[in-house]
Amino acid sequence: MPKQLGKTDVVIVGMGAAGGVAALPLTNAGLKVVGLEAGGWLSPRDFAPDELRNGSRNWPQSVQKAASEAPTVRATSNDTAVQGGHPMMNAVGGTTMHYWAQSWRLNPWDFKVVSETRRRYGADRLPAGSTVEDWPFDYNELEPYYDKVEYTVGISGQAGNVKGRKNSAGNIFEGERQREYPMQPLRASPFTDLMGNAAKSLDWNPFQGPAAIATELFDGRPPCQYHGFCNKGGCHIKAKSSTAFSVIPKAVDTGNLEVVTFARVIRVVTDDNGRVSGVEYIKGNETFFQPAAVVLLASYAYENVRLLQLSTSAAFPDGLSNNAGQVGRHYMSHHQGAPVFALFDRDLHNWYGLPAQGVAIDEWADDNFDHSDLDFIGGANLWVHTDRKPMSAAKMSTFGQTRNWGSDWKAFIMKNADRSNTSYIQKTTLPYEDNYLDLDPVVKDPLGFPVTRITARYRDNEKRIAAFSQEKMAQWYLEAGAIKVSKAGLGNLMGATTHAYGGTRMGLNKDTNVVDEWGFSHEVPNLGVLGASVMGTSGSRNPTLTVQALSFRTAEYLANNWRSIVG
Amino acid sequence: MKKKNNSIEQLEDSPANPSRRSLLKGASLVGAAAVSSLAGSQVLAADSAASANKSGNSPLREALEVLTAEEAETLEAICDCLIPSDEHGPGAREARAVHYIDRSLASHNSGARQNYSIGLNAINEFSRKTRGKRFAHLLTDQQNSILLAVQTNKIEGFVPNGSGFFNMLRSHTIDGTFCDPYYGGNQDFVGWDMLRYPGIRLGVSEADVAAGAKLEPNHQSAYDHSTYTKLADNSATEADGGGDYA
Repeated sequence: MPKQLGKTDVVIVGMGAAGGVAALPLTNAGLKVVGLEAGGWLSPRDFAPDELRNGSRNWPQSVQKAASEAPTVRATSNDTAVQGGHPMMNAVGGTTMHYWAQSWRLNPWDFKVVSETRRRYGADRLPAGSTVEDWPFDYNELEPYYDKVEYTVGISGQAGNVKGRKNSAGNIFEGERQREYPMQPLRASPFTDLMGNAAKSLDWNPFQGPAAIATELFDGRPPCQYHGFCNKGGCHIKAKSSTAFSVIPKAVDTGNLEVVTFARVIRVVTDDNGRVSGVEYIKGNETFFQPAAVVLLASYAYENVRLLQLSTSAAFPDGLSNNAGQVGRHYMSHHQGAPVFALFDRDLHNWYGLPAQGVAIDEWADDNFDHSDLDFIGGANLWVHTDRKPMSAAKMSTFGQTRNWGSDWKAFIMKNADRSNTSYIQKTTLPYEDNYLDLDPVVKDPLGFPVTRITARYRDNEKRIAAFSQEKMAQWYLEAGAIKVSKAGLGNLMGATTHAYGGTRMGLNKDTNVVDEWGFSHEVPNLGVLGASVMGTSGSRNPTLTVQALSFRTAEYLANNWRSIVG
Repeated sequence: MKKKNNSIEQLEDSPANPSRRSLLKGASLVGAAAVSSLAGSQVLAADSAASANKSGNSPLREALEVLTAEEAETLEAICDCLIPSDEHGPGAREARAVHYIDRSLASHNSGARQNYSIGLNAINEFSRKTRGKRFAHLLTDQQNSILLAVQTNKIEGFVPNGSGFFNMLRSHTIDGTFCDPYYGGNQDFVGWDMLRYPGIRLGVSEADVAAGAKLEPNHQSAYDHSTYTKLADNSATEADGGGDYA
């Protein structure tokens, strides 16, 4: 029998990007919250500027819970799924510890893909087999929560549209915002100037994208020092606004949040009335039952879905909140691959810089351009950034100029190590009928529970965006003086990714969605879901800020409607 | 030529050097900008002189942790072909890529240990059969042509195949040549100098970025910064760890 713990108001499963943000409005409202986290606390001391440790040694993710239950992946239901890696980490703060920290708002179109496509181009332009729906609300509904997160977590950036006033130093395609960012954007560099000027000469509108990185003293945290080990590394001075260094300490300071580390949640428990009564978790070699009035799932998309699918009961024989058969459906791996590579004839000065310090182009994203004569909907945000480290620099493409080893190659990298660049192109990705997550029938985690199985592949719409955006990217590089460009393949298999969406989609229709417009289950009134698993469209930019705005909104709704939700 | 193991630089890279740690301990990190690379290098210079005096000329103890002697010899010759020492300067041999790979096979690359045994043996068998000598004893041109045959799957006996084994060797040789010297490769920062990488800096100004490869290389390991060593004082970094919140 699990050891019974004292009842709490809210238990949050996962203290990462989503759960960390949700904890603050709940604890500020005086609710008692238990945050269960599969990892531990990390400190700035843990983030040495060490490319090998962050990359090849994969510290500390290689030994964590997520790694032990990495999803299996296959393109179609005719294939055998193969287990790969898990790109996320377990820690207080979750993957906000080691992410790039790009912190975008979605554009207004992303909330209304179906109705806007119908209105502008006709219903026949929605890709065949796609299950995409409009979000249950528009951008303006989420705007106040974007604002709260930007000012609470700490986001730097350049606004492009404050109350309708456009500023071409920022993104002129963004939705209307109520005020500027709390901090100025990350600084420019010789490379961002080079690419920015080239974009301007193409009549495009280049700008520095937003980042969860302090550029001024913020809440007692110092500004970024540009040493550039953000990617898979945490910040050595807490300039990165990871939830572990921003909102979670504030929630702890209320006295209402108890963080339980190294807790591996194995089941959400349902009572005889079909309501959830708490969660079971394993810590060390003991099993505990944490009763709670409300359960919020805030683990990653794969784990949110898996925990529901594993939590079967008399009321929910096919998994919790899955009597409509929607858990695991509408899954998307963001199409972030298919880059363009460029070689320049001069040093780019990128040895010091961050993945979030770069130049964005939004002209070819979403519905920011006319698709009348094109064969796809949506588009891509183009991003180039300043970040280079020696091991990865030495592994650069040789652009067909030399064999990739020996004396000639050595001369090539000696000359060109600081002369190459790889773009980051994030593309609109849609949900499709037979792209889904379920439990793998064969592969199990060390506890004997099946892992998640991803069955998904990109379709024509994603591949056409990939080809289209590669052309634009190549044009941009060549305008900037690149002497060689090359393109990667357009992609097929949707692997495990840092941008996983869907599986517990949010929507008004309970036959096609798992959670309602507030993030609470259509079938279980005291169960909420946080994270990108509720998102029905991907947008063409990083999801974390949207995840955090949604989490803040769900948590605030819960605090304001506590009595009716608890019943 | 392979460097002797008792160089000053070797000792300087050792994380287990107590006198250096105690000297660096006072310079704990508050903000990144607080660490001056100038002050750091003065400490290093004074300290490495002391270490050299104390240790005299006795050779550093060093084992082959995983590879057999013959495997290490073969791998050394391969690495020398992949990133040669040539008229452009030192290569994988001077960086001690093999030393790095040997140690990595006991830790983060342990899953590749068997592939190394099988692959290095296959190369030597092919070499003996076709040239009558071990790979390490062939002329460089002969070695290069065998490696090219491995890379293009012209030779059998590798896991998963020749090109897969070659790509792994190449990747590990690059890691060993360009990684932080803490891991036993990139000795004397020869890899970073080869790429004109000016080194790890905890704070970087716009002027530093503008200077780019013209910046003076600072030749510091991540673990020359006291914050990241085992015995650093946690309170100096205001760690938010479990002590406060868990």
